[in-house]
Amino acid sequence: MTRYKWRGIALHAVLVLALLVFMFPFVWTIIMASNTTADIYRFPPKFTFGGHFGDNVRQVLDNVAFFQSMANTATVAISTTLLVLFFDSLAAFTFAKFRFPGRNALFVILLATMLLPAQLSAVPQFQTMALLGWVGSLKALIIPGAANAFGIFWMRQYFQNSIHDELVEAATLDGCGFFGTYWHVALPSARPALAFLGIFTFVGSWNDYMWPLIVLTNPNHLTLQVALSTLNRSHGVDYSMVMTGALMAMVPLVIVFGIFARQFIKGATEGAVRG
Amino acid sequence: MTGTATVPAATTAPLTGKGQRPGRRIWSYWRFYLALSPFYVLFAVFGLYPMLSTIVLAFQRWDGLSARRFTGLGNFEFLVQDPTFWTALENTIVLFFMSTVPTLVIALLLAVMLQSAVRFTNVYRIAYFIPNVTSLVAMAIFFSSIFSTNFGLVNAALRSLGIPQQDWLGQPWGIKIAISTMIVWQWVGYNTLIYLAGLQAIPKEQYEAAKVDGAGPVRTLFSITLPQLRPVILFTVVISTIGGLQTFTEPQVMVGNSGGTGQSGMTVVLLFYRTAFLDNDYGYAAAIALSIFLLVLLFTAINWRIFRGRSDDR
Repeated sequence: MTRYKWRGIALHAVLVLALLVFMFPFVWTIIMASNTTADIYRFPPKFTFGGHFGDNVRQVLDNVAFFQSMANTATVAISTTLLVLFFDSLAAFTFAKFRFPGRNALFVILLATMLLPAQLSAVPQFQTMALLGWVGSLKALIIPGAANAFGIFWMRQYFQNSIHDELVEAATLDGCGFFGTYWHVALPSARPALAFLGIFTFVGSWNDYMWPLIVLTNPNHLTLQVALSTLNRSHGVDYSMVMTGALMAMVPLVIVFGIFARQFIKGATEGAVRG
Repeated sequence: MTGTATVPAATTAPLTGKGQRPGRRIWSYWRFYLALSPFYVLFAVFGLYPMLSTIVLAFQRWDGLSARRFTGLGNFEFLVQDPTFWTALENTIVLFFMSTVPTLVIALLLAVMLQSAVRFTNVYRIAYFIPNVTSLVAMAIFFSSIFSTNFGLVNAALRSLGIPQQDWLGQPWGIKIAISTMIVWQWVGYNTLIYLAGLQAIPKEQYEAAKVDGAGPVRTLFSITLPQLRPVILFTVVISTIGGLQTFTEPQVMVGNSGGTGQSGMTVVLLFYRTAFLDNDYGYAAAIALSIFLLVLLFTAINWRIFRGRSDDR
């Protein structure tokens, strides 16, 4: 019995060590953000929390349009998420429960688009944005990502397994119509799948960096990631301030993830094993 | 669309089942096509059209202002002779191996341990996953700070052990170690949870049968766990390949657009970004973009062959 007990302790010791390694950057970021840059530059460095967080926040706000960037990022992430949830689930429901000419061909095209890397379209896409007059505007970030192949593929699998054909037929017989059936029958039953796709899209959109860096040309109108990178480039030596900015940029996302963590992890790992 | 209106839908699309009656015309399905249209319209405008333009652009010279000039294979000839491109390609592949191999090995070990743990598993799962949803830019700033020469935590640790400090972000190998450390940190947890889900899907009877046959833990690992896990391992390798070959944010934030000392942080996607949006050399950038696409296809095919080939033997 004691042998098993010791094995259990050793096991958890390794797992806790890994947990500390994964959590360490967050703790160290908070330590840097709550001290002055001089404290960080000391040897040995200061390992305790300090009282300068407020000052550092004020400095961040003086140097970048933080709240404007945060509002821009939130606008982009929320609009993209809502549009993706609506368009992807509607298309997925159609693929999963109805037959029509060209269905299989359209689905194969959808799958093929997932293999294409983003760089393949970046240059002409920038020209398209210029033609539309969207360069520097948040529309350039929201509209191209308003529907995606991954979400449709993922939701389709869910609809196929979770909604019985009889239910769709019954709703149609009750005079629900196609969109009515989608709205009243399909959507309510797909809540867990929508939760995963929603947070997946939100996180991806919040953290997106390369395309906003290319298309947002006005330095006063950026997303958080681009603003943070600008802050780092221009004030790189002022660690405590830059790390405060980094902390402020990631806290909202960690909170959102914390709320939905279980559903998100379940969704993220499920597909790999089933596929 | 030719003739579909006169030919019964049943003969053009031999489908049966719900929602389809023989003789329905194609336009009677308009609701379905409307429901699918957002994705396909967006893909046509922001995906397909730009991709076709990229292919055309790869054979042209263009600075974004003056008229486009057709140059045939000029961009590709330049590409194979461009030392920066070869440096970027080498860096990308070296970084891919330096980050993917440790990531997947550590993830597999953690997954096996996590599977035999009974308590606190949800705490571990959530904590392990958090790095994967954290902002790349914020974390790249964090990792460049701990690898910084005079005030970084890594050098402080070395100094306290009596080892001379290193100029991590100022020398080629230091840059690669810093970048791959960050990638490993960000991706171990995700892959651990994928492997854990794969391990939990292996039928328990197989392990019991092995025990009855007298197989030890090492034997069990190699004759049951790893073969059963092969499709999941393939999945993680493919995901790591697609992501790893497109590394951009980490080097861009940590060492800048130049790729750092000796361009040792220059990846192919960073080179693409710089060529297109800083040098405005759009034709050459398009050629680089096509080569990235081919690189991803090639690596995915290699992965597929290695893992598929072996499972066919069995």
